[in-house]
Amino acid sequence: MHDIAKDQLVKKGQNPFASKAVKLKRRDRAISFGLGAATYFILACTLYIFADIAFKGIPVVLKSEAPFVNFEFFTKSPETLMTFETEGGETYKMNFSEYSQFKRDHPDVNIVEEHSHAYSGGGIFGPLVGTALLTIICITVALSVGLATAIFLNEYATKGRFMDSIRLAIMNLAGVPSIVFGLFGLMFFCLFIPVVTSEPLERSFLAIPLGGGSYFSFEGWGTCMLAGGFTLAVMILPVVIAACEESLKAIPMGFREASLALGATKWQTISKAVLPYAFPGMLTASILGITRVAGETAPIMFTAALAHKDELPWQAANSIGGFFSQSVQALPYHIYTVAARIPQSEYTKPMQYGSVFVFMVLVMTFAALSIFLRIRYRKKLKW
Amino acid sequence: MKTYMSDQEDQMTLEPQGEDAPTQEQSAVDAMETVIEVDNVSFAYIPGTDVLKDISMNINKGEVTAFIGPSGCGKSTLLRCLNRMNDLIPRAGLTQGEIRILGTDIYHPEVDVIELRKHVGMVFQKYNPFPKSIYENVAYGLRIQGVNRKSVLDEAVESSLKLAGLWDEVKDRLDSSGLGLSGGQQQRLCIARTIAVQPKIILMDEPCSALDPISTTIIEELITQLKQEFTIVIVTHNMQQATRVSDRTAYFYLGELIEMDETTKIFSNPSQQKTEEYISGRFG
Repeated sequence: MHDIAKDQLVKKGQNPFASKAVKLKRRDRAISFGLGAATYFILACTLYIFADIAFKGIPVVLKSEAPFVNFEFFTKSPETLMTFETEGGETYKMNFSEYSQFKRDHPDVNIVEEHSHAYSGGGIFGPLVGTALLTIICITVALSVGLATAIFLNEYATKGRFMDSIRLAIMNLAGVPSIVFGLFGLMFFCLFIPVVTSEPLERSFLAIPLGGGSYFSFEGWGTCMLAGGFTLAVMILPVVIAACEESLKAIPMGFREASLALGATKWQTISKAVLPYAFPGMLTASILGITRVAGETAPIMFTAALAHKDELPWQAANSIGGFFSQSVQALPYHIYTVAARIPQSEYTKPMQYGSVFVFMVLVMTFAALSIFLRIRYRKKLKW
Repeated sequence: MKTYMSDQEDQMTLEPQGEDAPTQEQSAVDAMETVIEVDNVSFAYIPGTDVLKDISMNINKGEVTAFIGPSGCGKSTLLRCLNRMNDLIPRAGLTQGEIRILGTDIYHPEVDVIELRKHVGMVFQKYNPFPKSIYENVAYGLRIQGVNRKSVLDEAVESSLKLAGLWDEVKDRLDSSGLGLSGGQQQRLCIARTIAVQPKIILMDEPCSALDPISTTIIEELITQLKQEFTIVIVTHNMQQATRVSDRTAYFYLGELIEMDETTKIFSNPSQQKTEEYISGRFG
């Protein structure tokens, strides 16, 4: 019952619950406003960045007429973009390969003003392929080594100070700057790791003859995707190990006990009653790992990536070993090149924003995929 | 009773009225076949602090033996010694004595703990079916032994579920997840899973403590049926449960076996003061 008479009563000062601490209340409101403002500020910044990339990147990737997608951007590798003006006052913009053709076709045309923009023409096929290959190698290596380590740490190792220090050392790796991993990869995988070869290189630290003309030579793999993939793997190992260990820890002890009590061996228990239920967690974690690895520039700039390479790995290689010892282009390194290492002009912008946009979409897709999988498996596997 | 600790035996012989009863029982016990012999066993999780102190007892074939006592008295620890589940805990182990099951010292280096556990199954406090189908849960123990022929598995699954009293409830949905069952059904599924390996002995560690009264009744009835084929050792917090299901009861206090006797005797006329205090609810 809410009527005017009652309102009057409250106003006359008969309300025992009337607010007394006006100052406190005001401060409360100010704090909640401040906290909210900080949150919205960050949100606005993020949105601005995404919107800027999308606005400038979408026109590069999509077209206004059918088939609506600029396939050239995805199927060609980066090349030099030529812009020039003829005597007649016409301006042209074309890739270097087309430009040579143009000059051959029109020998009579006098070119007045001519500019070249490195890496700004063509597309990003090479970097996409390179990043995909590096990521696949990295995830394969990181998951197998990381899973083995996590199983050992969580299921086999006796808890104690020694194991704690090992775990601490692994976790500390996560804090090492990625450029350090890049240098480590260069020294270890590119220049040191032993290979079996018939002709040891001059830079080999030590070549042990194995007989039959072959040598066990400490000369490294050279700058190649294998070295890059392994370097990336070492870099994300702490993350993968932690994620795998968390997934293993999430499996109730009851499963292990039940399995052992039925007469299963330790490995049977792990492989049949633990791992199958831990895999979803590991999968989602490793997909998140992929997004991180795909975006790293520092570890691959010395070990695997080139700014420019005409041939794709399978074109240059004639064997499986040769395939993996190819250096590659990579998307993050390509972005770094076009954004920071070439003279900037209006003609370099489309390549910059197009690459960044594609990269952003790829990363977001993987992140979304991992979230989707996690939700799905959580629903499926409940105990 | 030879199963007693020696000092208790001395005490009993000192009592004049008690003299007749033990001798009668002695012959009854001898007639029973002993499957588990615990001989002066002490056990420590951390070397130096024994949580079981010089325990000796015999467990007879085809009987249900209940371990009762207040929390932390060592009853679960002893149970887990019987199938060496305590091996999972680093540094834990027997500090003296011997446990013989079917006449063999189970802590002998020649004993394979895997084989031991096939003979001594275990049902846990918190029902723990795998997130697999009902069928695969029951077949798990056989599959890890390398049995993969469908006809064999089918038969084992059916007979185990029947024995566990679950067959009629689940026979139409053997392929659905074991986690979809109710708590009591899940616990019976765990019992079926244990039975499928055809152990001689089933250890039950407070199997009903996570269940409602109706499910508890069903499991208790099941236990009384199962003792025709298996020797059962059950740890329970619930003294009424011990009176309902067990033939013999052992009362533990602070790591010591205070008294072990026929359940009816323990609950009507215990020989030890401490037992009487506990069962009458004066503490615990």
